[in-house]
Amino acid sequence: MEETLAALAARARVIRRHIIRMLGEAGSGHPGGSLSAAEIVTALYFHVMRLDPARPGWPDRDRFVLSKGHACPVLYAALAERGFFPPEELLTLRKLGSRLQGHPDMKKLPGVEMSTGSLGQGLSAANGMALAARLDGRDYRVYVLLGDGEIQEGQVWEAAMAAAHYRLDNLTAFLDYNSLQIDGPCREVMSVEPVAEKWRAFGWHVLEIDGHSFAAILGAVEEAKRTRGRPTMVVARTVKGKGVSFMEHQVDWHGAAPKGDQVEQALRELA
Amino acid sequence: MSAKIATRDAYGRALVAVGAENPHIVVLDADLAKSTKTIEFKKRFPERFFDFGVAEQNMMGTAAGLAAAGKIPFCSTFAVFATGRAFDQVRQSIAYTRLNVKIAASHAGITVGEDGASHQSIEDIALMRVLPHMTVFVPADAREVEGAVRAAVEIEGPVYIRLGRAPVPVLHGDDFAFVPGRALEMRPGRDATVIATGIMVAAALEAAALLEPEGLDVRVLDIHTIKPLDVAAVVAAARETGAVVTAEEHSIIGGLGSAVAEVLGEHCPVPLRRVGLADVFGESGRPDELLVKYGLTPEHVAEAVRAVVRRKGR
Repeated sequence: MEETLAALAARARVIRRHIIRMLGEAGSGHPGGSLSAAEIVTALYFHVMRLDPARPGWPDRDRFVLSKGHACPVLYAALAERGFFPPEELLTLRKLGSRLQGHPDMKKLPGVEMSTGSLGQGLSAANGMALAARLDGRDYRVYVLLGDGEIQEGQVWEAAMAAAHYRLDNLTAFLDYNSLQIDGPCREVMSVEPVAEKWRAFGWHVLEIDGHSFAAILGAVEEAKRTRGRPTMVVARTVKGKGVSFMEHQVDWHGAAPKGDQVEQALRELA
Repeated sequence: MSAKIATRDAYGRALVAVGAENPHIVVLDADLAKSTKTIEFKKRFPERFFDFGVAEQNMMGTAAGLAAAGKIPFCSTFAVFATGRAFDQVRQSIAYTRLNVKIAASHAGITVGEDGASHQSIEDIALMRVLPHMTVFVPADAREVEGAVRAAVEIEGPVYIRLGRAPVPVLHGDDFAFVPGRALEMRPGRDATVIATGIMVAAALEAAALLEPEGLDVRVLDIHTIKPLDVAAVVAAARETGAVVTAEEHSIIGGLGSAVAEVLGEHCPVPLRRVGLADVFGESGRPDELLVKYGLTPEHVAEAVRAVVRRKGR
């Protein structure tokens, strides 16, 4: 599936509406970092990745690992829109018995490639999938999305070192660089700068883009595919809470769900 | 009981054997391939061996990804790092996901010796046993290692195999068949039962021999599978002999002793003594010196048996 730029923009709007409705219904969850990643995830599921929703276990599918697992509303919305499960099920998010757990569970929900939630572990898993592709002579690609606060975890840098060491050029990582984490701006909590230089120093091909521009995201993916011998890190500048005026740049919307009027206003803005 | 073989050496050989049979098996290590003996696999199948350097957390996470893509990874490092340093990765990415990852950790217990407490894992059985979906094997000799490795390949899901550094007696013959989850009665007995695991199985057999001249007829159970525990065998031993001693090269908190106490408390309370590290860390020293100092010799096991027998019928 390769949607046009205009179709992708419309799709991202639908996904953002799902995110707001799901979180409003759940009464808890993480809107800020779900909304900031909407374009990246939409581009992957509706233009970039080789997938077949009817065969979630297809060995040659491309893989996506949501390392920042708390942003699962954006993943669930994309999976539902892509046909992995009925969109009505989105409203079961975080409820007892739901396949849509508070953080992604690969054993429960088709399309989820790795259970995540404890930060810093997804890149290692993505490395493993990329190594397996090479061992099996398969040409699938592996995509992974990290949060900016998440890269404060030491394991991320162990994995960064290993991905370069093993020359995993079938791996593309995105950093959702929305600059905010739970306790405040990253630069105040624990600076991750200079972030691009860090990944370059670890041996990665690094691109810096506007994470809300589909043209930029698709261009970065193509450049990553052309890159040989190194994994690619796409540092995507984003806005936390993007698309909902009262959530944008607001750290308090990291892990708080919108209520009644807020849901209505957000949906009006995303109409 | 003739030649002694360290369980880690048996692991190196078993890996090569299963690796030759199953192309999906891959082996991961964290800069300890010469010590864990995964180097044997590396020599034979270099394209299926991955070193991750001194980075155990990433090794475990990468194993999860390999397993998610259909591989059967065996991850090895020292037990203290596999289960302690990387506990959250094992919990989140391997146990919770029920991925097909095998963690074969060597240098468990105090018989690591001179490296001292930082490298002596006394809590790994507890840490792995507490995780849902995890199978826990503690082989007592080289033949049990081969059986455990083969069983791990057959089991669809996470498995922990505890291995040691020091050479230990071979207790079983060529015809030994490893059945996961089944306790082995190494010696019949009516007066008390020693339920032992790992290197303490041999010590338990020696203890039983020491007690024979005193007129004590001691049963010895070899528990190579801590989880799932052979509850029926443990309860039968308690019911039929009326007193139980557990023996493990591990803390008495959380390991075999705790597992047996849980079962007996619920099903068949009898006098019980747990032989193991008494809520203390080890230290540097020769393995044989450490076993004496920390109470893990056949004499210590025998004394514990005398104590529980005295408490019977009170």
